Amino acid sequence: MSETRFTDQHEWVRLDGDEATIGITRHAAEQLGDVVFVELPQAGRKVGAGAEAAVVESVKAASEVYAPVGGEVTEANAALEAEPAKVNEDPEGAGWFFKLKVGDRGEFAKLMDEAAYREFVKGL
Amino acid sequence: MRYLPLTPNDRRAMLARIGAPDIDALFRDVPREAVVPLSVFDLSDTKGEMEVERILAKLASRNMAAGAGPFFCGAGAYKHHVPSAVDHLIQRSEFLTSYTPYQPEISQGTLQVLFEFQTQVALLTGMEVANASLYDGSTGTAEAVLMAQRLTRRSKAILSGGLHPHYAETVETVAGLSGQVHRSPVTPGKAEDIAALIDADTACVVVQSPDVFGLIRDLKPIAEAAHAKGALLIAVVTEVVSLGLLESPGAQGADIVACEGQSIGNGLNFGGPYVGLFAAREKFLRQMPGRLCGETVDAAGKRGFVLTLSTREQHIRREKATSNICTNSGLCALAFSIHLSLLGEEGLTRLARINHAKAAALADRLSKLKGVELVTPSFFNEFTLKLSKPAAGVVDALAAKHVLGGVPASRLMPHEASARDLLIVAATETSTDEDFVAFELALKEVLA
Amino acid sequence: MSMNNQGRPSQATVTQDNELPTISGDRGLDLEARLIFELGRDGVTGVDFPDVSVDDNRLHGLRRKAAIGLPGLSEPEVIRHYVRLSRQNYAIDAGLYPLGSCTMKHNPRLNEKMARLPGFGDLHPLAPLVAAQGALALIQELMRWLTTLTGMPAVAMSPKAGAHGELCGLLAIRAAVQARGEHRNRILVPESAHGTNPATAAFAGFVVDEVPAKPDGRVDAAALKAKLGPDVAAIMLTNPNTCGLFEGEIISIAKAVHEAGAYFYCDGANFNAIAGRVRPGDLGIDAMHINLHKTFSTPHGGGGPGAGPVVLSERLKAYAPLPLLVADGEGFKLIEDRAELPAGAKPFGRMCAFHGQMGMFVRALSYMLSHGRDGVRQASEDAVLSANYILASLKDIMSAPFGDGPCMHEALFDDTFLEGTEVTTLDFAKAMIDEGYHPMTMYFPLVVHGAMLIEPTESESKESLDRFVAVLRGLAEDAKAGRKERFEGAPHYAPRRRLDETAAARKPVLRWKPPALPEAAE
Repeated sequence: MSETRFTDQHEWVRLDGDEATIGITRHAAEQLGDVVFVELPQAGRKVGAGAEAAVVESVKAASEVYAPVGGEVTEANAALEAEPAKVNEDPEGAGWFFKLKVGDRGEFAKLMDEAAYREFVKGL
Repeated sequence: MRYLPLTPNDRRAMLARIGAPDIDALFRDVPREAVVPLSVFDLSDTKGEMEVERILAKLASRNMAAGAGPFFCGAGAYKHHVPSAVDHLIQRSEFLTSYTPYQPEISQGTLQVLFEFQTQVALLTGMEVANASLYDGSTGTAEAVLMAQRLTRRSKAILSGGLHPHYAETVETVAGLSGQVHRSPVTPGKAEDIAALIDADTACVVVQSPDVFGLIRDLKPIAEAAHAKGALLIAVVTEVVSLGLLESPGAQGADIVACEGQSIGNGLNFGGPYVGLFAAREKFLRQMPGRLCGETVDAAGKRGFVLTLSTREQHIRREKATSNICTNSGLCALAFSIHLSLLGEEGLTRLARINHAKAAALADRLSKLKGVELVTPSFFNEFTLKLSKPAAGVVDALAAKHVLGGVPASRLMPHEASARDLLIVAATETSTDEDFVAFELALKEVLA
Repeated sequence: MSMNNQGRPSQATVTQDNELPTISGDRGLDLEARLIFELGRDGVTGVDFPDVSVDDNRLHGLRRKAAIGLPGLSEPEVIRHYVRLSRQNYAIDAGLYPLGSCTMKHNPRLNEKMARLPGFGDLHPLAPLVAAQGALALIQELMRWLTTLTGMPAVAMSPKAGAHGELCGLLAIRAAVQARGEHRNRILVPESAHGTNPATAAFAGFVVDEVPAKPDGRVDAAALKAKLGPDVAAIMLTNPNTCGLFEGEIISIAKAVHEAGAYFYCDGANFNAIAGRVRPGDLGIDAMHINLHKTFSTPHGGGGPGAGPVVLSERLKAYAPLPLLVADGEGFKLIEDRAELPAGAKPFGRMCAFHGQMGMFVRALSYMLSHGRDGVRQASEDAVLSANYILASLKDIMSAPFGDGPCMHEALFDDTFLEGTEVTTLDFAKAMIDEGYHPMTMYFPLVVHGAMLIEPTESESKESLDRFVAVLRGLAEDAKAGRKERFEGAPHYAPRRRLDETAAARKPVLRWKPPALPEAAE
């Protein structure tokens, strides 16, 4: 049974056991415009919660993607390197960025649920 | 004032529309104590064209232009003939007085020039990609070292002793901030064993060929040694005409190439503006500094060009940019591109052969003189002589005879004892037989 | 994730083109240019040289084996190619170029003529100093103008552009901090700063700390002062700032910065608003670069070359980079070697080979001598007057976030007036192209939404400004009246329609490649 939560930096994280899948939200993808490049972390890299883990670029902007929770990177979505457009097409599905083996699940619990994130975006 | 179109009446009418009593009211945010009267400036008042021209022409006349007599200076800046069409074209208003092409719909002229320039640089250096130019060869070399440090995540740069000392100092100034810069000893006329210095901390080796003494360096073994230890080879070329005759750095295994492009299309200008050519392997593209122009299509399906991959640059990436560079050397790159288009394959290769032939003839002639010895067994259009006297004094004595007889190595490396008697001499297509004779005679007299 | 974007469309939108296509692809005077690589032929050249053969014995076995691949063209073909290309560019010489922050002022042709005098244009950088005294005297005279106009004691001439000047200034600051035996690694930069400021600070090894702006467009001086501390090396402030406003608290900011033991770097990009009227030295500035291509009219050349001399205060001048120009009896000499340094000099290093952008120095001095101190001041006043005239003439119909007071040399608008029109800042700017104008600077500074920054400069007549105002008013009215066809997919009358920047970035094509050879028949 997986559960998805969101950050105020517009990342989503889906937790499945101790594996977290991370991407950027639909709202973020729309704001960025056409994504042209992503830089992904290598498997094996350890990242802390809130640390810079990836970069996503549109024509006019480059943004850092932060790890919503800490852990060790297990896999990056290599398909994005050839087809960055997937981030726009399906940001919360096939456009995922990387997976982590989560350390502290308490970090996950502190994040927003979907309803709270929607509210948050509305207030921007 | 001839450059200011507004009349006193216009100014009054404009102030009235604004609703300001006088011009001072528009400067009301400036602290009162900071506004100074005109009289504090001990400077002249408005002058007409004739008067300005007179003043500047007088200053210019106190310099010895390269074209005014026998001339043999090089060491990073070269006298070549620039076809008349080049200066005519770069002074067209649409090239001269346009801004950086951020609005591609009305900047296709500059953008296509940059795309063609990038292609020319890539072809000439034997590399896969080139950028739209940097300030000059020296700052380009420093950028190359920083790029290598980013790519390898290593800190040490090893600079060949044959690298132009101004370039080495420029690299030390910026790359020394975050990493170490190691300068290999100067070995005039010989190649140092730089491969032996490469270790596991080495980000890059920087080798100039032809080197500052004119010696041609074989880059291939250095590239192999660098790659074997996970380091990169940065090749530097200060005389880009040499690429018309010599094997390209790319063909010899270089990873990044930084060149001074002044020799093609650009005058000596007492040191600037020049144009930095910068090329690299395609896999390093994302770490390249400077602007890049790319091909695309417009909404009607026509081919067009845009500045691209801008997210590497300062105006978007701010403190995370690959470099702080903003401007390139647009007009000098244009001059380079036009001159190279005029030359074409045949013109450039002929030009390069003439340069080498002239230098070889001059080296033969001068090295027969008593007290003169040729130090560089190989060279392109520049070679080094060992004289029987300190070269700096010889150069001044030659200048008194209206011969600009080269650059004394001691000017570039004052603390290098072995350089004291070395004279770096360049000959190009502009050198004539009469110049050779005058140089030979003058040198003979000075050394006697 | 951090976001730095205002949702600008970057893909070319497909439009219906009802024009009858021509057979040639050219349209009247609108002439297309193929790539030069598609034009040339082997064996043709635009430069006649004899075919000299050379032997290999001095080439170290490194004679080029393969052809380079350059096309061959005759002189008329080359000239036609570049003339055609040139006609696809907008230019100041052709029309008003209101790019805020870029200062597209008139480029006098006298400057070009002077830079080409053989004594300057054909002078070798390492010519013996006896043969270059006129050039050194010219640099000295330009230094005198720059230090006098800024009220600063010294100037480093070698930086090759504004950003290079910033680097020079920060390296001098770094050296000064180190000389005091201190460790200061933080630089305060307002969020409205040019991108080069944080990029340069990071490049020079500092940590960047952003200072917020106040609702009135000025830097929050209280927040800035609160951030000062023993680890702050410097602040970098643009004045007038990138919103076109003078930072009125600058003197008290400078005082606080100095009291905290830090240095004050001023981005001099906007010096053209105050030259001849205010001396940065009187404001407490320690270092400031001067973009000679902005304030002193050297041409922008489609993106350089620039020149960025840096004026330095008493506290920093000892650290100016090599080479140093010093008086030597009747003449001048260049100090290029640390062993010959004058007393007190502690140069931090060298910015580049040789001595800086001499060609730009000649042009700038030609401009200064032409204007004189009175003309320099008048130019600043006219630039400020013209910007305020634009502001006053448009603020009722466009939206000026800081329009209550006067601006300096540029007028800032935001996209509030376009709310509900479905016209974006980008559309509005692209529609200007159809009206024969280069767009203003867009989406910068970042502190206002959908920014439009207009800098008319002192080079426009009142008639020209009035015409420009009328056009912008017309566009604003059309946008508000829902006449979207003017904006959708604009420009319609430029050499190209909107270009697909997304495709360019996703699959970069950065050079021409020869067409692949046809596959051999099987």
